Amino acid sequence: MKQLMSGNEAIARGAYEAGVKVAAAYPGTPSTEILENIVEYKDDIYCEWAPNEKVATEVAIGASIAGVRSLSAMKHVGLNVAADPIFTYSYLGVNAGYVLITADDPSMHSSQNEQDNRYYAKFAKIPMIEPSDSQESKEFLDEAFRISEQYDTPVLYRVTTRVCHSKSMVELGERKEVGFKKYERNIPKYVATPANAKVAHVRVEKRLKDLEEYANTSPLNKVEYNKNTKVGIVTASIAYQYAREVFGDNASYLKLGFTYPLPMKLIKEFASKFETVYVVEELEPFMEEQMKAAGVSCIGKELIPNMYELNPDIIAKALLNKEAETKTVDAKVVGRPPVLCPGCPHRGFFYTMSKRKNTVVTSDIGCYTLGGLPPINAIDTCICMGAGFSAGMGMAKAFEVSGRDTKVFGVVGDSTFFHSGITGAIDIVYNKGKMVPVVLDNRITGMTGHQENPGTGKTLMGEDAIQIDPVDVLKAVGYKTVKVVDPCDLKAMDEVVLEAENSAEPYAIVTRRPCVLIKGLPPFKTKCIVNKDKCKKCKMCLKVGCPAIYFKDGTSYIDQSMCLGCEVCMQVCKFDAIEKVGE
Amino acid sequence: MSDVKNILLVGVGGQGTILVSRILTEGLIQAGFDVKMSEVHGMAQRGGSVTTQVRYGKKVYSPIIGKGQADILVSFEKMEAVRWIEYLKPDGIVVVNNYEIPSLPIASGKEEYPQGLIEALQGSFKTVVVDAGTIAEELGNIKTQNIVLFGALVKALGLDEIDWVKIIRETIKPKLVDINIKAYNKGRDI
Repeated sequence: MKQLMSGNEAIARGAYEAGVKVAAAYPGTPSTEILENIVEYKDDIYCEWAPNEKVATEVAIGASIAGVRSLSAMKHVGLNVAADPIFTYSYLGVNAGYVLITADDPSMHSSQNEQDNRYYAKFAKIPMIEPSDSQESKEFLDEAFRISEQYDTPVLYRVTTRVCHSKSMVELGERKEVGFKKYERNIPKYVATPANAKVAHVRVEKRLKDLEEYANTSPLNKVEYNKNTKVGIVTASIAYQYAREVFGDNASYLKLGFTYPLPMKLIKEFASKFETVYVVEELEPFMEEQMKAAGVSCIGKELIPNMYELNPDIIAKALLNKEAETKTVDAKVVGRPPVLCPGCPHRGFFYTMSKRKNTVVTSDIGCYTLGGLPPINAIDTCICMGAGFSAGMGMAKAFEVSGRDTKVFGVVGDSTFFHSGITGAIDIVYNKGKMVPVVLDNRITGMTGHQENPGTGKTLMGEDAIQIDPVDVLKAVGYKTVKVVDPCDLKAMDEVVLEAENSAEPYAIVTRRPCVLIKGLPPFKTKCIVNKDKCKKCKMCLKVGCPAIYFKDGTSYIDQSMCLGCEVCMQVCKFDAIEKVGE
Repeated sequence: MSDVKNILLVGVGGQGTILVSRILTEGLIQAGFDVKMSEVHGMAQRGGSVTTQVRYGKKVYSPIIGKGQADILVSFEKMEAVRWIEYLKPDGIVVVNNYEIPSLPIASGKEEYPQGLIEALQGSFKTVVVDAGTIAEELGNIKTQNIVLFGALVKALGLDEIDWVKIIRETIKPKLVDINIKAYNKGRDI
């Protein structure tokens, strides 16, 4: 049976068919839907949202050691968090197969950088597989597990946004029951002491040589010869589809699915047949550098950019100097940046912070980056998950040692708190940081589309779980006061912020109000509306940056189809011109 | 490459472009085409400009297209049509919803919503203007705008051999099927 599937759906299906029994992940675009779809097979696969990518990877590694096929999945930056276990598991080797899926985000559609995680394969000395569409995303996974077990190694499975989120046809297969492998204590293999690791490193180097042999005959690497062609293209992943689109049958292709170690013998043999060899790859010259070092004459990043995602246009322009004819129209458009949703609980907090002087807000990854957009402009930094607390700690210490009195508020979300905010919160207490950690608790993992987390009381598999409250955690690690406040109550918000910054003892804030997009919330029965007779056209209500509020023909309006009645604008209006309607 | 048709759907997060692409791809698959589709997730969905690309033909390679490649551009919002117009082939068709969603710089009074967009489109391209907002409101559910536009898309592309009503029945929640079939027919009649 054939089905239209996204790459992520296909990976989930591939995991099911390959007999995977344990899967763990932390959500992150563009990887999130892998586990969201694996849960469809929960009768056969145990799956979980782990608090972070390091935990997810360690869970999967443990399962692999215990003898069942396992995987962990994450976005590219998630692998930075999971780097510690994967580098060592490379040395240990597996019992049952283990695959780490990294979903990179060229063009940073929803990311803070566009690192090319193919270098992790080389860095951790593990084999890498790169599918180029949904069919391959499913099919190659089976070979990934086979390689993992045959060569005693974790496997890096690298996909990108366009592989994850584009849909193409997939032929479904049956689940292969691979059973489980016997577990026996094996201290030299699984205990990474220096003495054992020294021996293991020798094994790793030998393994890379064996894997290169395999690469030259791997079924994942294919040569497509077309008659009378003078151009040979070495390519992999989604870039293959673009190259194929542009050159059609006017070039021959070495399409690589197994990309580390590179099949250098195969590449040399292919390259020797053509006058011109292009390397078409997205982001960095990962293959090109190695090919040039091996003496293969080829053209790549001289012509193809190493920034942002590719598309057929970019390749046609770079290699054929061909540009499609386009027409424009004589009209200007205004930008449409993403924005905090109408009714978003974060708006009240960020609006409160936007009014403050001599205050720094260190923010974090998630919807709170949107607090940095106009007109709110209320954040100073966003670095990575958890840095909302710990970078804030560093700034507070810097202000302290240089005698400045700037106040620091550090922000993380509820899911981010469990991911890596807790350690920062501990640092602030332990090392006497003069700053206020704030957990923006909207009861869900928001930006990635609502995944359960340790604070929601539900697991990925739909079971009830102990609901861990950030308030209890903060109290347990030493915060004398932890104030819970409704962020849409601006007066209360102001009071708590003032109290917090003047507190001599460790003080933390938890703003609590559910994300308005959570399914199954009670309906929003009230709305806000502008009373035109009272409106003084002062535009104060526009400062909360709500997409439902607009100014037209000299008056403010509230789009009734968008308003959810959070009343933040109502509290900002000094003339009581915004009124509540409905029940 | 020549037999592959490219459809570009653009709009604002939350307008229902994804549902339209689901119905569209399902129909194209049932008609025996190879189909690829690409959409955006994550941050852009938060009130930003969103696009979905659908490509179909005998054999499709790339899931995305570049500028000057779309046979048809269906815009769920007026300003978005102009934003993405360069992706349309010079002889392509633009189906535009005569509907404004002010972006934040406009809503906050910093910028004006641009005027004369429809006229500008008509000056350069074969343009089908759809009052999907009004039609959907008359039908009693503003959210059916997307299916009105879908009807207009089917007509503009001449994809008549596919039983779209059957596919709408299979895709949409039962209690919303009738109103959406009405919306589809309204779009077809434009």
